[in-house]
Amino acid sequence: MSATTAGDEAMRAYGTQQVVPTFDDPAFTPLDKPLAKARVAIVTSAALHRPDQDRYTPADTRFRAFDRTDRDLIMGHWSPNFDHTGFQIDLNVVYPIDRLEELAADGVIGEVAPRHFAFAGNQPETVSELRLDTGPACAQELLADAVDVVLLTPV
Amino acid sequence: MSTLAHVFEAAGLSTVVLASMKDVAEKMSPPRTLYCEFPLGRPLGRPGDVSFQRGVLEQALGMLGATEPVLETHPEVVESEEMPLVCSIPPRFDASLPPAVDEARGLRAAYDRAVNARGATAVGRAIDADAVTEALAALHRWAEGEPWQEVPLPGTNTIAVCHDIRAYYTEAALELATGPPPGGRAAEAWFHEDTEAGKTVMAARAALKEQGAPFPFWFYMAPAHR
Repeated sequence: MSATTAGDEAMRAYGTQQVVPTFDDPAFTPLDKPLAKARVAIVTSAALHRPDQDRYTPADTRFRAFDRTDRDLIMGHWSPNFDHTGFQIDLNVVYPIDRLEELAADGVIGEVAPRHFAFAGNQPETVSELRLDTGPACAQELLADAVDVVLLTPV
Repeated sequence: MSTLAHVFEAAGLSTVVLASMKDVAEKMSPPRTLYCEFPLGRPLGRPGDVSFQRGVLEQALGMLGATEPVLETHPEVVESEEMPLVCSIPPRFDASLPPAVDEARGLRAAYDRAVNARGATAVGRAIDADAVTEALAALHRWAEGEPWQEVPLPGTNTIAVCHDIRAYYTEAALELATGPPPGGRAAEAWFHEDTEAGKTVMAARAALKEQGAPFPFWFYMAPAHR
């Protein structure tokens, strides 16, 4: 195996060893309308931020919101173990906002949400703040924007 | 991401996760999951490929019709090494400078063009582009064996400074590169195997380890598998 390929394999192998949080009786929210009438938002863990927003600290549990028109975003992820160049070439490979606009224009989805959100993928291991504080706070922001569907993209 | 899916569903939102680690997704079982074996850091698979990205989204959004938890796998695997980054290194200009410092100076024009084109740069966690050569000079001194506590690093935080150096290099390289978009690990391989800066980072990292510097100071200066 070359050093080039080893990175993703090493990280995926590490992923299998990770202790993950458990959810008793997880919720399942069916979409109560056709996708063609649904409002869709993207939430990513790529630690994206606008140049004028706070950078992420290494164990940042907060989220950043940006408008559907923002494109000059920065990937502030702290891990050196993931590719950043795909995002530099085309932000849609992490944050598919242009694709979402096209799906809305073609009537596949109803609408693109006015705001989209980012968290940092490297969270403290217990993810307690994400579960109990910043995650639910982000959900309230999404509900305030009348969002029906959230597409989650990981980095 | 799977944690957020559970939190959002509990709040009354319908979610779809594009998962990059299958074991984690299976263990955490978010309500609707599309597992994609794509390069890590590229959840939509291929930069600049509109129809491929659209296909991923259509499969993911198609899962919203499900009435119970569902995990699907995207039919295509995208390998992280499928396309190298082809970017030549600037020739030596000032032989009195450490090689990495000379090299970083040579890339400055390309870096500036890249920032102008994108309107944003990832450089700036700890140092700006003007301090990249100074940071490389300090890393060079560490690599040469000078005690790290006696040679200050601009920006201080080794992890953030190395992110900034790598971002400076890859933003310049993508401006100079020709051919199709490089694969997910191509820029990392180019930086660490072909550039003087990458070699300097690795040598400084080894020197910190040798000198007994705290583990987090040096370990995260480069990808874990290196």
